Amino acid sequence: MDQMLLEIEPLIPALRRYARALLRDRSSADDLVQDCLERAIGRWPQRRDGAVRSWLFAILHNLAIDRYRQKATRGIHVSIDTSNENEFGEAAAQESRLMYHDALNKLATLPDDQRAVLLLVAVEDLSYAEAAKVLDIPVGTVMSRLSRARERLQREIDGTTAMSGNVLPLRSVK
Amino acid sequence: MSQRPITEDELHAFVDHALAAERRAEVEAYLDAHPDVAKRVAGFAGQRELLRAALAPIADEPLPAALNLAHMIEARKHRPSPLRWAMAAALLLCIGASGGWLARGSQQAVPGGLAALAQEAAYSYDVYAPDHVRPVELRASDSAQLTQWISNRLHQPVKVPDLSPSGYRLMGGRLVATSHGPAGMFMYDDDHGGRLVVLTRPMDKRDQDAPMTAQSKGDVAGFAWADGGMGTSLVGQTSPEALRPIANEVRKQARTI
Repeated sequence: MDQMLLEIEPLIPALRRYARALLRDRSSADDLVQDCLERAIGRWPQRRDGAVRSWLFAILHNLAIDRYRQKATRGIHVSIDTSNENEFGEAAAQESRLMYHDALNKLATLPDDQRAVLLLVAVEDLSYAEAAKVLDIPVGTVMSRLSRARERLQREIDGTTAMSGNVLPLRSVK
Repeated sequence: MSQRPITEDELHAFVDHALAAERRAEVEAYLDAHPDVAKRVAGFAGQRELLRAALAPIADEPLPAALNLAHMIEARKHRPSPLRWAMAAALLLCIGASGGWLARGSQQAVPGGLAALAQEAAYSYDVYAPDHVRPVELRASDSAQLTQWISNRLHQPVKVPDLSPSGYRLMGGRLVATSHGPAGMFMYDDDHGGRLVVLTRPMDKRDQDAPMTAQSKGDVAGFAWADGGMGTSLVGQTSPEALRPIANEVRKQARTI
C-alpha cells in the first residue's frame, strides 16, 4: 500500500498537467485523473515492474480517448482564467500569460494524436520509447507524429508572427 | 566531422536532449554549418520551452482534495468486496518478498476450493469487464469456435451458458490463466452496460462437488459451485438477489451437457 502511494503520488501533478493540456478544462481534466488513479489503485498488482510513469500515462491516455469519443466536442474555446485579473496586474506577467494562452490555443489546433505525442515528449519528458508504449504505436510513428506536430505548430506560430509581430520585441521598443 | 548523415529524428532528439553527448556535438556542428536547418531546430526548441512554461503552473497547483491518493486508497479499503479481497491478496503477494508481509499474505492469497474459484472469477471480472477495446478474445459470433477451444484446453466438454432469458447477451469469451490452470471465461452484458462473468475450470479432487455458495461483499456479488469435477463461478456488479437466479440457470444448463 505504502509502496503504491510512494510511487504514484509524485506523478499526480504531471498527470493533471497532461490531462488539462489535452482537455483544456480543469474540472473534466481532474475527473479524468481521478478515474485514472482509481484504476491504477485497482490494477496496481497487475502492473509490470519499473515503468510506473508510462503505465499511469497509458491509463490516463486511454481514458482521455474514451472521453473524446463520448463528447467529440473539440475546439471548445476556454476563456482566459479570470482568477488572475486582480492579483497579477503586472504588465510583464500579463503579457507572458497572454503568450502562454496563445501557445495553448495553437496547440489545440493540432490533431489529437499529434498533440498527445508532443505533450508526452516535449512537456512530460517521456522518452520516445515510453511515448510509443503509452500510445501503443511504434516508435517510428511517434517520430513522424512528433515531426508533423512541430512543423505544424511552427507554421501556426510563424503565421501569427508574420501578421502581427511578436509580442515581446514590440514591448522592448517601447 | 562524422561521416554519418544527420537524420530528422536526430534533430528532434537534439531538441529533446535525447542525444548522447558525442552525437549531440556532431549535430551542433552540423547546425552551425546549416543556418536554415538551425533556424528550424531553434523554432522547435522555442516551442518546447514555450509549452513547458505555459503548462508548468498546472503542475505547481496544490492537489484538489478529490485527488488525495491516500484517501482514495483508504476509501477503497473500507469498501471491501470479493474483488478488493482478491486485489489485496495479490498485492500482499507482490510486496510479500520485501518483508514480514509474506507470512500474512500467504494465508489469504491462495485459498482453496470454491473461494479460490470465486477469487479467480473476480480477477477476470476486474481485468476484462472494464475493457472497452477487447473484453473478449472470441466474440459471440464465434461461439462454436469458443466452445471447442475452451473444451479442448480444459479437457472437458464445456457449454457456453445462454443467459438471454435473464436479459444478458453473450459477448464472447477467452481462455484465462488461474493458479489452478486454464479456465474458460464467458462475458455477458445487458442493455444498461452491466456485465457478468462466468468462469469455469476443473476442480481439485477434494472439491469435485460443492453446493452453491454466495461470495458477495460490497457491490460485487459472486456465486460459486462445483458439479462433477467442474467448478463454475458467476460474478457481477449487481445484487446477490439478482444474481442468484442467473447462477441457478447457469448451473442447470451445465448439467444438461
